[in-house]
Amino acid sequence: MKLTEKIDFYQKPRDFWRGLITLILILTPLGINSYGLSLLTQVLIFGILAMSLDILIGYTGLVSFNHATFFGVSAYTTGILFYCGWKNFWLTLGAGIAVSTALAILLGLVVLRSSGPYFLMITLAFGQMIFALAWRWRSLTGGDDGLPGISRPDLGLPVSMENNISFYYLVLVFFLATLFALWKFVHSPLGMSVVGVRESESRMQALGYNTFGLKLAAYALAAAVSGLAGVLYVYFTGFISPQELNWTMSGLIILMVIIGGAGTLVGPVIGAAVILVLQNLISSYTDRWPLFMGILFILCVMYARNGILGYFLKLFKGGKNHEGIGS
Amino acid sequence: MEGSQLFILALNGLSYGLLLFLSAVGLSLIFGLMGVVNMAHGSYYMLGAYIGTTLFQFTGSFCLSILGASLTVALIGVLTEYVFFRRFYQQELEQVLLSFGFAYIFMDLSKWLWGGFPLSLPKPALFQDSITILGQAFPSYRLLVILMGLVTALSLWLFLERTRTGTIIRAGVDDKEMVTGMGINIKLYFTLTFALGAFLAAFGGVAGGPIIGAYQGLDFDILALALAIVVVGGLGTLKGAFWGSILIGFMETFGKALFPNYAIFVIYVVMVLILIFKPAGLMGRGKPS
Repeated sequence: MKLTEKIDFYQKPRDFWRGLITLILILTPLGINSYGLSLLTQVLIFGILAMSLDILIGYTGLVSFNHATFFGVSAYTTGILFYCGWKNFWLTLGAGIAVSTALAILLGLVVLRSSGPYFLMITLAFGQMIFALAWRWRSLTGGDDGLPGISRPDLGLPVSMENNISFYYLVLVFFLATLFALWKFVHSPLGMSVVGVRESESRMQALGYNTFGLKLAAYALAAAVSGLAGVLYVYFTGFISPQELNWTMSGLIILMVIIGGAGTLVGPVIGAAVILVLQNLISSYTDRWPLFMGILFILCVMYARNGILGYFLKLFKGGKNHEGIGS
Repeated sequence: MEGSQLFILALNGLSYGLLLFLSAVGLSLIFGLMGVVNMAHGSYYMLGAYIGTTLFQFTGSFCLSILGASLTVALIGVLTEYVFFRRFYQQELEQVLLSFGFAYIFMDLSKWLWGGFPLSLPKPALFQDSITILGQAFPSYRLLVILMGLVTALSLWLFLERTRTGTIIRAGVDDKEMVTGMGINIKLYFTLTFALGAFLAAFGGVAGGPIIGAYQGLDFDILALALAIVVVGGLGTLKGAFWGSILIGFMETFGKALFPNYAIFVIYVVMVLILIFKPAGLMGRGKPS
């Protein structure tokens, strides 16, 4: 009796808020200028990316320092295919996601053998290797000039993606689909067992779970989703350079996840919004954005380890204690 | 390739490996003692190279530049440890993220202060020329680098093996709780190790100045190599960092000579193989946790 009341209390406002936010996201393009629309599109793309990293950091307990690798590799795949004359969106989308997922499985077989500090060292080292590769493989990647001039894709629909508003809706559809799919994933038995690995890998092993397989599955899923973000990103900006594979980009995504609240899925999206708005604001006054980002990183670790959403969750749920970031 | 060319390549590999050793050893010791993967460690190397170049412009003395830059960066290391890292004792992830924040700050500050163009440090006056080894010209400065690297490695070994402070640091790597239980103020040794690590990395940065120079992106180029070394050699020991550095230095040099563009792969292939067959590294003890 009491229990159902409680569920109703939590469920109904949640449904209401979900509906309201979706409605706002659908209606916003009608009311904002092109700068705001571009920022919002970016927030949604990075929201997808940050959610995918949250699967690793927040749910699997794997603090991966090369998440930009999967994002960038998929973006490069799209760019290279575009240069080869592939204009169809669905084909490049499939290719981008396939390449980043395949890379994640290959890399995962190696890096997931380690854990804790070793894991983050090795992921960072591999990330920098892929970055160096993109830099040096000029004939394929264009080196540090990157691949410019990638135009908006052809969806095979009677809508032109050159129009920023229709591109925004395309991104919004993918964003909502990702949010829904990942939400389902973390509440599925598979998602729950992944959280079990985060909490205690040895206990899950004792229960007969193949923890390596679980981690690999989560790793591949996260890479696939960041691959999606990569494809959308390259079509959005029309440009890809090695900087999208660099540690600075990986760090940016980590910051989005922890500032929003790791292990909350929605939090990282809020984190992405906060970071991108700040980046745009600060960049319009000074070139010193990385300096601010470093300071933000430190402040976030020192004073806001549960992230923005974590803070509010704590406030509403009467201090249900989230432990530090990740584990 | 002739034997004499191979010998010259080996000398190049040795000098490069010893430069890398200077930055990897601090990373390894800091990790061994405190459990922190210091993502700003490559930044210490880069800051050393930049500060050394500036000091050289003002003083014109290589010795003053290398000492001044190393001491300055050691001071920066001590300050960051004392003010920030100390608050997060035994919270490894928080410390890693903190060091990541510092890597951004150091990167942007150096870009602000020194601009985006690569700088190169002149060689010290006595070592401008090349000498002839087996009929091949070899820059005498690289011999100096080899000498500096070997002397540093030897003095570090003596320091860690033969002094009380070194013994305490080694004991701390093995078992922090026990060292604390013996009534030793371990935090003092954390700061000391940080200072030493930052000092050595910056020393390497200045010593490498005439060869590698100072440029934007140097920080993570060095960090990635140092991480590879530490993974290959095994964490927390001087021996692991030393042999890991020599190995990586040789592979990078020979790789660059044989297939110029993809040398970096050689290192990662070796890293993957070692991870698969010897997860604790070549000289590592026990299983990585």
